[in-house]
Amino acid sequence: MIRKLMQGNEACAEGAMKAGVDFFAGYPITPSTEIAEILSRRLPQAGGKFIQMEDEIASISAIIGASLTGFKTLTATSGPGFSLKQESIGFAIMTEIPCVIINVQRLGPSTGAPTLTSQGDVMQARWGTHGEHTIITLCPASVEEVYYLTIMAFNFSERFRTPVILLLDETIGHLRESIDLEKYDHIKILNRQKPWVSPDKYLPYATEAGEPPPMAPFGEGYRYHVTGLVHDESGFPCTGNHAAIDKLLKRLNNKIIAYLDEITLYQEVKTEDAEHLVIAYGAAARSAASAVALLRREGVRAGLLQLQTIWPFPEKLIYQKSLGKKTVLVPEMNLGQYAGEIKKVLKDKTLLVPISQIDGQLLQPRKIMAHLKGEEKHA
Amino acid sequence: MPKLFNVKKYLRMDKMPHIWCPGCGNGMVMSAFLRAVDTLQLNPDKVVVISGIGCSSRITGYLDFNTLHTTHGRPLAFATGIKLANPALEVIVITGDGDATAIGGNHFLHTCRRNVNITLIVINNRIYGMTGGQYSPLTPKGENAATAPYGNIEPELDMCKVAEAAGATLVARGGTSQPVLLEDLIIKAIENRGFSLVEVLSQCPVYYGRLNKKGNVVEMLKWQKENTVSVKDVNKLAPGALKGKVLTGVLAAHYRPEYTEEYEKIIKIAQGK
Ligand SMILES: Cc1ncc(C[n+]2csc(CCOP(=O)(O)OP(=O)(O)O)c2C)c(N)n1
Ligand code: SF4
Repeated sequence: MIRKLMQGNEACAEGAMKAGVDFFAGYPITPSTEIAEILSRRLPQAGGKFIQMEDEIASISAIIGASLTGFKTLTATSGPGFSLKQESIGFAIMTEIPCVIINVQRLGPSTGAPTLTSQGDVMQARWGTHGEHTIITLCPASVEEVYYLTIMAFNFSERFRTPVILLLDETIGHLRESIDLEKYDHIKILNRQKPWVSPDKYLPYATEAGEPPPMAPFGEGYRYHVTGLVHDESGFPCTGNHAAIDKLLKRLNNKIIAYLDEITLYQEVKTEDAEHLVIAYGAAARSAASAVALLRREGVRAGLLQLQTIWPFPEKLIYQKSLGKKTVLVPEMNLGQYAGEIKKVLKDKTLLVPISQIDGQLLQPRKIMAHLKGEEKHA
Repeated sequence: MPKLFNVKKYLRMDKMPHIWCPGCGNGMVMSAFLRAVDTLQLNPDKVVVISGIGCSSRITGYLDFNTLHTTHGRPLAFATGIKLANPALEVIVITGDGDATAIGGNHFLHTCRRNVNITLIVINNRIYGMTGGQYSPLTPKGENAATAPYGNIEPELDMCKVAEAAGATLVARGGTSQPVLLEDLIIKAIENRGFSLVEVLSQCPVYYGRLNKKGNVVEMLKWQKENTVSVKDVNKLAPGALKGKVLTGVLAAHYRPEYTEEYEKIIKIAQGK
C-alpha cells in the first residue's frame, strides 16, 4: 500500500498518468488549473506532450487531433471553458475519437464565482453539444475516487471510442485526502482496438456486433477520411441517404447504451433496509454519507445510493433501489437538475425530495437531515 | 517542355464529381497542391491534410491521404495536436479565408507564433462561399456581399502581413491565374521547417463574381493577373505603379526554432538527459 496525501486535481493528473495519457492540451482556469500545471511537468518526464493552447476551443481540437495519431488525450477546464468546448465535443462524438474532458465545476452562469463550488453543469455535460447524442459522464466524491474514475474515464473512452466527461466540483478538486495509489492497480488499462484488416479492406466506421469500429492511427498506411458530417461506414458524407443517417445516429447511441450496466459505477450504503434513500453524486454525496451515518445513529433507517456514473442515466438501477422506499432525497448543488431525471423514474410512486443549494457553499449534512425530519420545507 | 504530372493517383476518384461550381478556383488549387506533392515525392501514408468548414474545406474528401474535415475555424488547432503528437507526419491545412481569418483568427495568430511545422494554404475567394456569399475579413471595402447589400464598410485584412508579424517563417502569396508559380510556392512552403502560409487568390464566380459584376471566370482570372505584381518585379516598376496592386511570390522568409523540435528538447530536460 502506498498512501499519499493528495489534492483532488492532483489525483486526476496522477490517474491520467496511470491510465497512460500521452497528451494534454488546455487553457488555465480556476479551479482546474492544477491539473494542467502538474501534467506540464509529469508528461514530458514520461515522454508525453503538453501544450497550453490559446483558448479552450483550440485545446479540445488539439486533443482530438492528437488522439487521431493513436495518443490517449486529455483536457481540463471549468464552466466558461466547458461552454467553449461544446461544439468540438460533438465532433469527437460524431467522429468517434476517444478523449477525456475534465470539468472542475465552479459556480455559474458566466464568470460566476470562480472559487466557489457548484454542481451546475450536470445538464450541460449531458446536453451541452447540439444534436441528439449520448455521452458518458463520471462524477467522483473523494480524492481516491478522482484517481479511480479518471482511469475509468480513459478506459471507457478507449473502449467505446467516445469522449468521456469527468465532472469534478471545486470542493473535490481542491480537497486534500490521503489515498492508496495501489488500490486500483488491478484495473486493466484498456486501449482502443486497431484494425486487423489490411488498409485496402479498411472501412473506418464498419462495426461488428455493435462494437465500436476499430480505429487506425493516422500515418500507419490506412488512409481514410474523418468528418463531422453524417457519414456511412466508409467515413464519407452521406447527407442524401436518410437510412444511413438513421443507422449512424442510432449506432452512436446504442454502442454506449447497450453497455449501460458495465458503464454504471456506483456505491451504496445501507440501502437494503432503508426506508429513506438518498441519491447523490460528487461533493453532495459526501455530505449525504455523513447525513446517513448520523441518521442511523438516531435510529432513522436511511441509506445512500452514490452514483459515480451520472450519464448515461442509470434508470434501471435507480428504479430498483428506490422500490418500496418511503422517500427518495436528492441533494445537489443546483436547482434539481438530476432530481428532475429521477422524478421521471419514480413517477409519483415514491415521495421525491429535491434538496438544493446554489449559494456557492458546500451542501451540509444537517440540511439533508433537516429535510428528512421535516424540519425544513421541501423546495 | 512542361512537366507531366500524375495527380490522379492522389485523388479519390470514386468521390468525383466534386461539389464545386463550374469555374470555382478550389479545383485549381487542389491540382497545384497535388503537383507539389508529386514533385516532392511525399509518402501519401505520412501526409495528413486537414480542413475547416466551407466550400474550399471540402477538398479533404477528395484527397487520398489521411484527411480530417474539422469544425469551422479550428483546423489549425487540430493540426497542432496532430503535429505535436507525431512530428514525423507531413501536416497540411487547406481552408477558406473566412475559416482561417474570421472564426479561426485566434488559432491563425498562435500557430504562426509557435512556428509549428505546418503548411497552411488559404484559398482566398474574398467571400463566404458555402453559406451563400456573405462578406469575410478578406472582402475588399466597398464591394458587395449577401450581407453587405449597400457595400462593405470593413477594411480587408492582409493575412500575409499578419502572419509574418505573428511569427510565421515562410509567407507567400500566389493565385489561381498563375498555377505554376502557385505550385512552386506550395513546394517551398512544405519544405520550410516551420509554419508556412500560402495565401491563394482565388475566384468564386457564383457569389463574389456575380454580386460584384466581375464577369465570367476568364475575366476574373484576367483581372487577378493584371492586379498582381511579383515581389521580384517591385523594383522595376515606376513609382506609383504599385498602387492597388497585390504582391505575389515569397513575401517573407525567416529562421526561427520550430515548435515540435523545441518540445523534444523539453522532453530531454524533463527526463534529465
Ligand atoms: C461554428 C459555425 N459557424 C458558422 C458556420 C456556417 N459556415 C459554414 S462555411 C462558412 C463560411 C465559409 O467561408 P470560407 O471559409 O471563406 O470558405 P468558402 O466557402 O468561401 O470556401 C460559414 C460561416 C459553421 N459551419 N459553423
Ligand atoms: S459557391 Fe463559390 S466558392 Fe463555393 S464552390 Fe461555388 S464557386 Fe466555389
